[in-house]
Amino acid sequence: MIGLMSRDLRVRVIMAVCIAVIAKENYPLYIRSVPTQGELKFHYTVHTSLDVVEEKISGVGKALADQRELYLGLLYPTEDYKVYGYVTNSKVKFVIVVDSSNTSLRDNEIRSMFRKLHNSFTDVMCNPFYNPGDQIQSKAFDSIVAAMMVQAC
Amino acid sequence: MSPAQWDLPPELCCRPMAFVALTGLDVTYNAVHRAIWDAFCVNRRADRVPISFKVLPGDHEYPKCRTKRTSYEWYIPKGILKTGWMNKHLNLVPALVVLFYELDWDDPQWKEKQSECATKVEIVRTSLQGRNTKVAVVLIQKKTPLPPGEDLVASERASSLCGACDLSGKSLFVLPHTDHLVGYIIRLENAFYEHAQTYYYNEIRRVKSHKEFLNKTTHQLLFVRHQFKMGFFSELKQDTQNALKYYRTAYSLVQELRAHETNIMEIKTMAGFINYKICRLCFQHNTPLDAIAQFRKHIDLCKKKIGSAELAFEHTAWMSKQFQSFGDLFDEAIKLGLTAIQTQNPGFYYQQAAYYAQERKQQAAQLCGHEPGVSYPAPDPLETTTGALDFYGQRPWRQGHQSIDPPDSEKEKQGILALQVKERDVLHSELIIALLSNAVAQFKKYKCPRMKSHLMVQMGEEYYHAKDYTKALKLLDYVMCDYRTERWWSLLTSILCTALKCSYLMGQVKDYITYSMELVGRASVLPEEQKSRIEKNLIKVLMNEVPEPEPDCDPASVKAAQSLWSDRVSLSGSNEFTIEVLDNVPFVQCKAKFVSPSFHIDEPVQLEVYVRADCPHPLRFSKLCVSLSNQEYNQYCLLEDASKGKDILSTQENMCLVPGKTRKYCFKFVAKTEDVGKKIEITAVGLMLGRETGRYVYLNWRGGWGDAASSHEALQASRSFKRRTRFPEQQVDWDTVSVQSSTMIISRVPRISVKLTHEPPALTNEMYCMTVTIKSEEDTVAKDIKLTAGLKPGQDANLTQMTQITLNSSEVCDDSHPALLPDIPIGDLQPGQKIVKHLYMRCVSTGSRIFLFHVAYSVDATVEDKDITCKCHKDETVTVETVVPFEVAMKFVSSKFEHLEHVYVDVPFLLMMDILSASPWPIELVSSDVQLVSSMTAIDTPESQVEGVTLQTGECASECILLKCPPVQNGTSTVASGQYIISWKRKSTLSETSVVKTIVILPHVMVENIPLYVHAELPSYGRVRESLPVRYHLENRTGLVQDVEISVEPSDAFMFSGLKQVRMRILPGAEQEMLYNFYPLMAGYQVLPQLNINLSRFPNISSQLLRRFLPSRTFVKPQGRNGDTSIEAA
Repeated sequence: MIGLMSRDLRVRVIMAVCIAVIAKENYPLYIRSVPTQGELKFHYTVHTSLDVVEEKISGVGKALADQRELYLGLLYPTEDYKVYGYVTNSKVKFVIVVDSSNTSLRDNEIRSMFRKLHNSFTDVMCNPFYNPGDQIQSKAFDSIVAAMMVQAC
Repeated sequence: MSPAQWDLPPELCCRPMAFVALTGLDVTYNAVHRAIWDAFCVNRRADRVPISFKVLPGDHEYPKCRTKRTSYEWYIPKGILKTGWMNKHLNLVPALVVLFYELDWDDPQWKEKQSECATKVEIVRTSLQGRNTKVAVVLIQKKTPLPPGEDLVASERASSLCGACDLSGKSLFVLPHTDHLVGYIIRLENAFYEHAQTYYYNEIRRVKSHKEFLNKTTHQLLFVRHQFKMGFFSELKQDTQNALKYYRTAYSLVQELRAHETNIMEIKTMAGFINYKICRLCFQHNTPLDAIAQFRKHIDLCKKKIGSAELAFEHTAWMSKQFQSFGDLFDEAIKLGLTAIQTQNPGFYYQQAAYYAQERKQQAAQLCGHEPGVSYPAPDPLETTTGALDFYGQRPWRQGHQSIDPPDSEKEKQGILALQVKERDVLHSELIIALLSNAVAQFKKYKCPRMKSHLMVQMGEEYYHAKDYTKALKLLDYVMCDYRTERWWSLLTSILCTALKCSYLMGQVKDYITYSMELVGRASVLPEEQKSRIEKNLIKVLMNEVPEPEPDCDPASVKAAQSLWSDRVSLSGSNEFTIEVLDNVPFVQCKAKFVSPSFHIDEPVQLEVYVRADCPHPLRFSKLCVSLSNQEYNQYCLLEDASKGKDILSTQENMCLVPGKTRKYCFKFVAKTEDVGKKIEITAVGLMLGRETGRYVYLNWRGGWGDAASSHEALQASRSFKRRTRFPEQQVDWDTVSVQSSTMIISRVPRISVKLTHEPPALTNEMYCMTVTIKSEEDTVAKDIKLTAGLKPGQDANLTQMTQITLNSSEVCDDSHPALLPDIPIGDLQPGQKIVKHLYMRCVSTGSRIFLFHVAYSVDATVEDKDITCKCHKDETVTVETVVPFEVAMKFVSSKFEHLEHVYVDVPFLLMMDILSASPWPIELVSSDVQLVSSMTAIDTPESQVEGVTLQTGECASECILLKCPPVQNGTSTVASGQYIISWKRKSTLSETSVVKTIVILPHVMVENIPLYVHAELPSYGRVRESLPVRYHLENRTGLVQDVEISVEPSDAFMFSGLKQVRMRILPGAEQEMLYNFYPLMAGYQVLPQLNINLSRFPNISSQLLRRFLPSRTFVKPQGRNGDTSIEAA
């Protein structure tokens, strides 16, 4: 019973305010944010977080042993948001921005969000009509992302 | 309220040091006193004790001490911390007062001086009434003191002085004014420091002792005050660990205070102070994580304590200051050796400070937007009687008020109004920009280029708000390129919009056009109606009209801008602009290509330019021109507004760009004959928008294509495997147009045939004949034909020496002949005519070679109604293998055809030569000749035995000659034999071939002397039962008498008569003859009876060796008619 309850709670609490997929060359393939707050601000947040991603990736190159770890963890905290990063083996980056007030958030939950995102992204890549490097336009991917985002009430 | 209102007071930010006052020093007029004072305070190094010294007059009035409270029962505190308190203990109330007094122990007027000193001490004491400040006396003496205990007068007078001044012995010091002043001073100040520490220790205890009188309901403020004071005293005492402890307690106490609208400012101010102290000490203790954690806690606790909504800007100003001062502390710690990282550096705090400053600006704009009639209230509610506040963080109009409601609501209103009016005058943008630029500097240091760009955008936008458009544009322009190369179009669009506004407001035509072009184009994410608006403005500007103002601009600025623009319109000059497309993404794209990567000189060069526009409305251009690397062709690649031409309508339509459609323009020209073999490149394509008569802009594509985004687009398009949609006729799919920006002009295709006839492979050294047949297939005369023939350059360098070529069949090539014959003139060829040339090559070494036959000529042609003379050439190459014609094997054999290791002097032997043909073609041996050297003589006159022989492949010809070696000097030696010359030629049906001489060096041979030479003389055959006389000759070839033992072994086939065994002596140079009569018994080849010879003087010359010179068998014929008898006899 208790386990079920806590799971319910988690589903309600862990939600992102912005989700982005960034190409290997660091241009956006997909960016979606909650419509209530300034979209541009999130674009800047995601863009600036790439500094840390780049630094982490270049650091990984040195320690080959860690290369399997795709999750980059918390990139940097701002006053209002927490930015998490993830990088695939083909150097495509995922960035999730979460509200800072969301203190109950655990690392594991962020990881599972990234995993879901990665799976869905893999599906997009498998689509023979998708040209790698183009903007992602996929209903399936949209719905996965929408499910992870805070619903604008 | 000055902008510095939120700055932390300097007494809070400094490092507290014990305060010691020095009196009795006349530093202006007394040189000795001056020297003492300088020793105290000039060049204080870090290793000296932390004391702040001050010279005060002897009768200085110290701040009065208020009467000590004995009970706190009815006392209600008016605030947390008095504004003067910190300064008082840093600079006004000393921990120790030192009285300097000039007095030697043996002073003649000791009594008087002593009492004067005592009076001075008394004066100091009186003015320190009620304080715990210590007093000490320093006697400045001229004489060096004796060691303690030796000077009896001194110790006696010292104790008497102590008594008179009521001093303890520890507080009296002697300062001899001698050479070692600084040393004495350091010892003195260490003693002062101890006194000061005791003082502060006592002060801490005194403050602590108040605690028991306090109660939690009314004295909450005092708890904070006392903890803060103890912390501060501890710092003065340099006990930072305890100071930190007290401050931490103070911090938790201040957060426990009940906050309401009237005191929230005070609480926040104090919390900020204490937080600052804690963070500062944490950094000082090298525990930066503690500092960061404390600061986070502080922010989390205070973030929501906004206070009065009407003064919300105060809260954000305070928050901004908190972040800024933490950033400063952090930065200072880094300067002292702390290492920061990318994700935790002062930049984040400055950034956050800037963010709060921005918020403050917005709140100020909302809250302070009073009607113009509202003026600053009078009397000034912010004015206080003293000019300053009593307590930190209180309101000037209700100081000391601690209850929840303000005492006077009218006054409160006036006060708030006054604050709002002051806030209105604050230059927010300046504050924001300063903070942002601090943050930029930090992020630059910690490898955050994107964060830096983002902050620079914010700075640019702030400058825009502050109406400093030049600076705004400079910053935005600087970062734009980063966003463009990273392809973040959403961000680029936003920046471009701001930049467009700036350029509009400044009336910068070129910038305005550049930004508009990009905002209208495909890189912009603006909605269609915005693009449409901007394009209309762009068209206006190109037509030299004033554009519509950009939305959301300050109306006053718009007015100014409009007049600027109309000035621009009336101004005639500076109306042409060139925009390099490579640096941005304009709405027109261009691709220029040559139709083919190469063109023959006798066909026209074709060039295509594709142009496409992405703007919402169709646009006309007035000129399209292509610049080529050879500028002479530019005139042919020009499309101009042909308003004077005949066909106006069609050109007008032709020069209109319809959005989304690709237009193609073709150009054609005839290349110059000098350009054959050269590359023609498209250096640029220019597209002119606007009119040459009015204002126009020139878009320049360097290299003929591409802007900041196109290379990536081309890559994506090439990767894409989407099925290309079929376009209707005369429309082109933009992505499929490939770029060909250079072409080669190549010579005309030759119409001439070059045929080679020869018989490969070539044989080494022969004059190999190659027949070249050149036949013209031209329609006109092929003039000035030249043949270059020979070894193709670029092969192994050694081949050049190993190959020779000539036109002359009769001569034989040697080293003086070249490997390549250039430009052999042949003359003209009429259509259909042909010419044959023979070339002779000599290949000295074997292996394969490539020969080149290059025929060049010129011919007249007509292209596009132009007559040109074309140079043509045809190359023919052939690979020829060279092989050896034959192998020559030579060997020395004995007269019995046995192989010889070495030959003996004067003993005849044979030289055999085998010539084995390796050539696939028959070889005729013309002659052969052996040329001997002097150490070798032929026994009979040698004549060639192979002359005229023709050898087919694999056949062998042999000859042999009989030779003898004359005596040699010493025992054995190797001698050369000479050479063998073979004259031969290829037997060819095709052409007459010349004779080749091949020289083969004969092998060397070992020549040896032999001591005894034996040879036999016998008939060439015998007959059964008929006597066969055999005569053996033994020749002594030494200078010695030799003993020879000879025996004849019996044989089945012969009977014989003669000496069976004999021993004899042969004199030097003499010859002995031995005669035997053999009587053959059997017919056929029979082994002769063996002759054994032993030389006792030369045991190594064995009998076998000598036997080699003798025949071992002979042929015996049967008896003829009486054959039966022989059988009987057997």
